[in-house]
Amino acid sequence: MQIAARHLDKVTIFDISGDIDLATSPQLRKALLREFRELKTPRVVLNLGAVRYIDSSGVASLVEGLKASREVRSRLILFGLNKTVREVLQLSRLVKIFEIYEDEAQSVAS
Amino acid sequence: MSRSRLLLRMELRSNPEMLGVVRDALGQLAATLGFSEPDCRAVVRAVDEALTNIIRHAYLGDAEQPIEASFRRIHAPRDGEPEDALEIVLEDYGVTANPEKMCGRALEDVRPGGLGLHFIRECMDKVEFSRSNGKNQLRLLKFLHVHKSEKGSS
Repeated sequence: MQIAARHLDKVTIFDISGDIDLATSPQLRKALLREFRELKTPRVVLNLGAVRYIDSSGVASLVEGLKASREVRSRLILFGLNKTVREVLQLSRLVKIFEIYEDEAQSVAS
Repeated sequence: MSRSRLLLRMELRSNPEMLGVVRDALGQLAATLGFSEPDCRAVVRAVDEALTNIIRHAYLGDAEQPIEASFRRIHAPRDGEPEDALEIVLEDYGVTANPEKMCGRALEDVRPGGLGLHFIRECMDKVEFSRSNGKNQLRLLKFLHVHKSEKGSS
């Protein structure tokens, strides 16, 4: 898994690619918690368009990130969900707890 | 009588870095057997989550412990009729799983963790745990042909 960060005003965008699984999800979790708890970034947008696979530990990292965002009154937004990622979020029945948009423009403007 | 044909056997270490290797191999195996794309993803997901559980809960994160995985094409009874299925058996020598933890968690409870077993059960047609002679065994079964009426009710 690769995470590339971009910054637009008060928004941090993580472009994530590859597989999010037991081996890599701690890296995602750490990046999200740092962004919310240390940097207090008002909005973090995850571009998941190039994610090939996500497992339950990856979903757990997203949930932890979401909870951390709520603690500091920030927002965690997802976009670019492909079939695989959407399927897993639906299977976990957590899809409705996340803010999800179709593309980056909507995610940044919302 | 049930027929059984070994397709693939793997002996791997409990190293999370190996999960991607297993996923790729299993995805190709499932596609070769004729599973639909969603069913290929389901089989891969179930095995990945099961291996993750072994690494985390049976071996407590120790990356050097043995896991054996075998994949067989079998005829298994379904509604009294023999049907083609992929049987996957995962074996480890770790800590016995706690039956209470194996119930998973309520999905309404929004918190990290506890999703793996739910994913496995949703993705496979049969999930059986057993332990004997110091070995944990997880048997997963996925039928190759799913009746439409049953698919709609899942």
